Amino acid sequence: MKYAGLLVMPAGFFLSIAALVLFPASSAAARAAFVVCGLAVEALGLVVAARGQLEAQGKNRP
Amino acid sequence: MMSNAIVFPESTLAVVLVFLLLATLAPAGLALINAGLGRSRSAAQSLLGSLCVVAVSAVAFALIGASLAGTAGGTSFTFHVAGKSWDWLGAAPFFIRGLAASPSHTQLCVLYQFLAVALAALIPWGSGADRLRLAAGCAVAALGAAFVFPVLAHWVWVAGWLAQLGVNFSLGAGFLDPAGASLVHMTGGLSALALVWIAGPRKGKFPQGGFATAMPGHNAVYILFGSMLAFAGLTAFNAAGALLWLHAPLAALPITAINTLLSASGAVLATLAVTRIRFGKPDASLCANGWLAGLVASSGCAALVSPPQALAVGVVAGIFTPLLVEFLELAVAIDDPSGAITVHGASGLWGSLAAGFFSAQSGQLVAQLIGIATLLGLVLPLLYLLFRIVNRIVPLRVDVDGERIGMDLHELGGGAYPEFVIHRDDSYR
Repeated sequence: MKYAGLLVMPAGFFLSIAALVLFPASSAAARAAFVVCGLAVEALGLVVAARGQLEAQGKNRP
Repeated sequence: MMSNAIVFPESTLAVVLVFLLLATLAPAGLALINAGLGRSRSAAQSLLGSLCVVAVSAVAFALIGASLAGTAGGTSFTFHVAGKSWDWLGAAPFFIRGLAASPSHTQLCVLYQFLAVALAALIPWGSGADRLRLAAGCAVAALGAAFVFPVLAHWVWVAGWLAQLGVNFSLGAGFLDPAGASLVHMTGGLSALALVWIAGPRKGKFPQGGFATAMPGHNAVYILFGSMLAFAGLTAFNAAGALLWLHAPLAALPITAINTLLSASGAVLATLAVTRIRFGKPDASLCANGWLAGLVASSGCAALVSPPQALAVGVVAGIFTPLLVEFLELAVAIDDPSGAITVHGASGLWGSLAAGFFSAQSGQLVAQLIGIATLLGLVLPLLYLLFRIVNRIVPLRVDVDGERIGMDLHELGGGAYPEFVIHRDDSYR
């Protein structure tokens, strides 16, 4: 689960970068929305990774 | 490959040099804070480790890192996508060959990066307090200083693709990070998160079926005095960064320093109020964290915002810092003795965001968001992978016995306070 979350995070980064290539400077709102979506994907990945870490840590508690 | 040259007036170079000499107080302050927030039986290892981490990061950056970071006006590697040039890696000579013959401004830029990489390397060292081995701390610092930080420094400071977002994609002035809010602090905070995830919490911190055990820092004086040293150092970082990376005039420096002070002041007062409301009394170590969070946030925007905006940036940082520290410990079970993930990671992110939020330039906020997305989405998984590999070769964590007797005795053979009685830890009974 943790690794899945960590793998999702670069996907969010590439989504943000794709906004630069896909949208021209004139469509600033669409570009900004795409970048925010990329960040949201990263945040989702971070949450999944944190939950995975929490589960793994819970199993190893003394 | 491409190159571009920047020329600074001589008076500016002299001022930058003075500020960079003052900026050395920032790592000193951070080292003191890290030692104070750890346990007394690990204090000597913490401070010696700080020296070693700074030394290793300096050597690694000189050997490899400075080459990958490149220099302003130097050569770099680029590729072309969608008709735009993407400058992604520096190509300066290894072991800073030829730097002595470079123009003064190039040398000062490299000196700034040396200090910044030392500061970034110290951040995860504090989070691994009381269980991170000296050798592992050095290995992590070497890796960060040789490969991770230099590539990011090239992207942000040395006309890399993030800095060129304005020219290539009409996004304001490109990604702005005048004093390392994202490059130094956010990267350091993310390193701390990856390290803490791999090393795990201190023994007894999160007992099975119980609440998190409070493990307060052993010396509040170190923590608070370190915060004052960090103020001097990070103010100098902000001023030097404004001159070197934003090419601000000397006349802009007083406002930059005032903004730094206002941000830190707003943050510490906000944290004081929050801890007073939450716990009935102000918490010294959390207030120090709040002060530092304000300084960190200011490093992203002190040279770019007005004084009222700097105060607002600090207040926001001061409000979320104690709440996030508590959330990470109680809800996410992250054992971060120095609070670096919040203080450096989250506040660095907020400082970078604030630079875009308060900017009047069109597209600046999007440029800042792309910079943040790059660090968060690319750097955290990369650091986690690298630290996993390091952990296979040089185990990050000390063994159980070493943790029980303390890092000082285990790694150095003697404590920081040999004449004091160190009380035993009930969690090992």
